[in-house]
Amino acid sequence: MDLTPDAETEEFRAEARAWLRAHVPAEPLPSLETEEGFAAHRAWEAELAADRWSVVSWPEEYGGRGADLFRWLAFEEEYYAAGAPGRVSQNGISLLAPTLFAHATEEQRARVLPAMATGATIWAQAWSEPGAGSDLAALTSRAVRTDGGWLLTGQKTWSSRAAFADRAFGIFRTDPAPAAEGRPHRGLTCLMFDLRAPGVTVRPVGRLDGKPAFAELFLDEVFVPDEDVIGEPGQGWRIAMSTTGDERGLTLRSPGRFLAAADRLVRLWRERADEGDTALRDRVADAVIGARAYQLFTAAGAARLAAGGSTGAESSLNKVFWSTYDIALHETALDLLGPDGERADTAWAEGHVFALAGPIYAGTNEIQRDIIAERLLGLPKGRR
Amino acid sequence: MRFLPTDEQRAFTRSLDAMLTAADTPAVARAWAAGEPAAGRALWARLGAAGVFALAAPEAYGGAGPLPVELAHAFVESGRHAVPGPLVETVAATALLAELAALGEPAPAKRLLPGLVSGETVATLAMAEVSPYALDPDAAGPVLAVDGEELRLAPGHEEIRVSADPVRRPARPAPGGELLAAGPAVAAAARHAQDWALLATAAQSLGVGLALLDRTVAYAKQRSQFGTVIGAFQAVKHRLADTLIGLEFARPLLFGAALTFESGDLAAAKAAAGEAAYAAAGTALQIHGAIGYTEELDLSLWLRKARPLRDAWGTPSWCRARVLAARGQGGV
Repeated sequence: MDLTPDAETEEFRAEARAWLRAHVPAEPLPSLETEEGFAAHRAWEAELAADRWSVVSWPEEYGGRGADLFRWLAFEEEYYAAGAPGRVSQNGISLLAPTLFAHATEEQRARVLPAMATGATIWAQAWSEPGAGSDLAALTSRAVRTDGGWLLTGQKTWSSRAAFADRAFGIFRTDPAPAAEGRPHRGLTCLMFDLRAPGVTVRPVGRLDGKPAFAELFLDEVFVPDEDVIGEPGQGWRIAMSTTGDERGLTLRSPGRFLAAADRLVRLWRERADEGDTALRDRVADAVIGARAYQLFTAAGAARLAAGGSTGAESSLNKVFWSTYDIALHETALDLLGPDGERADTAWAEGHVFALAGPIYAGTNEIQRDIIAERLLGLPKGRR
Repeated sequence: MRFLPTDEQRAFTRSLDAMLTAADTPAVARAWAAGEPAAGRALWARLGAAGVFALAAPEAYGGAGPLPVELAHAFVESGRHAVPGPLVETVAATALLAELAALGEPAPAKRLLPGLVSGETVATLAMAEVSPYALDPDAAGPVLAVDGEELRLAPGHEEIRVSADPVRRPARPAPGGELLAAGPAVAAAARHAQDWALLATAAQSLGVGLALLDRTVAYAKQRSQFGTVIGAFQAVKHRLADTLIGLEFARPLLFGAALTFESGDLAAAKAAAGEAAYAAAGTALQIHGAIGYTEELDLSLWLRKARPLRDAWGTPSWCRARVLAARGQGGV
């Protein structure tokens, strides 16, 4: 059992650090949930990609560096420690790309991945529907066979980044028969479509702070060519869910992000705190402890994967932990800010609003706790 | 970097688990609480034979260490099985004597360490500021007492206090006794000993929490109400899931601390494991309901241990202050 990184990882870390020091913008970019900020973050993706830092864990042929999980973790630590911008391509990189690596054709990868790596195409997800949130398999948006492809009709919602993104990926019902027989997970198909295609209406939705961080998508016979179907039609559920248990579970939120946030919180505490306020001090300490716990938990998960194991339902432990942690950390920061805690124009306030969504998206924490109880503790399935 | 137990470490853990399962530790712990330590002493000797007490001691004194990772594994098992006795205190005493020898005071180590390392001698230890009660001094041989820059062999102990966990029998060391060592090296060695105590206590806490969760999950799978097992109810499931999250995020902190042995990591591990195990006790009590509130159910052996361990050798608040202090000025 050891925590000593190998020499290649440390070399990689040093190279990333040097590049970031030379390139990270001195002033923070405008919020990526605004039109101006979205464009600025897209330009930053291109700058990262120009020196092959945008998708370090991908194979070189698609713009990556073939970095293993340990090097990816080191890169992420350096990235957030350097105060680099948030990743506007996050949904594509952490949700769609792993699915493509596992299930897409060679042609699809060659067509989709390089443009994702440079930020030329920014992806939104199109999973939830008004009647299908936690119970995602209740979705009713249809894809109907047509000459050379499919016609999408229905409504998707809570589509993160969709207000300004270029394309979206999601699952659609291509065969209604299994659902009618009580098997709603069957007859679904995973596909990609253009958000500017005829028949698509995007209605941006303001999140709690009013920024259009997500959107509703109204689809009216939107044509999707066969080449944009991922995997076999009818296998959409399995394909969309297949990568949640391995790397994706580990890489949705990198420890580097929280280590850097905890560092900033300690600095804020030193600047602002009343030394006698030990209750607040304890919460700052818990943020430091939690970031370290998450870093080490992830190191153990990476080691298990490297040894040929899988993380499986343990990614649910991960998700509940970081989403709860992220809120606690930001609440502590707002408390340290005192009267300035109310202001919406601070990085802490933006981070707090962002964190509030954590327990809801990517499978609510209630669904995750069900998974933990049933798959890790072996408790019986009950009513949700 | 391979932050996973090695095959040897897994085998060591498995063999301790098998030994402790066969030893019927709940009965041993109940006898210990009643002031009948014979079975506990016999189990102690077997743990010694398995090498548990050699892990904090260097080879020069018959030890196999220092091996903090192996020690953490062993102490998780001791917590899972509710092994009674001053295990943490013996390990801390071992580290204290070994460090004192390394700092140029080898006499106490030469005299006491071989017995401690082999498991022949049960020792206990009090430190004036951080842990003023010696655990189980009536069942121990040497009662060591650190006060500032003095290390004494106490001439016995004062009255045994009743602990919230009756298996723990704390008492203050009797004043006076033989002065074994004095000077700054004693204070330095005591700080080092406390680090080992933090690690061992954190590991025991994690083990206690895991045992509480295991027993409670088993109970939730067999207890029926409203025509179904209670483990099918979301209110029960979610509480158990949160308990598992607390323990599974304390685990890497524990083994991370064993590897780095850094001040902040040790304090973080102690705070997180102590809190997670104490939360597990709350969950265990609530989900067992009234039967969990009884002394007769063996669950009580773990339930009552969680809180004393959370506070022993460094309270959560002390640990949190130390986590911040380890990052520079500003803590205590």
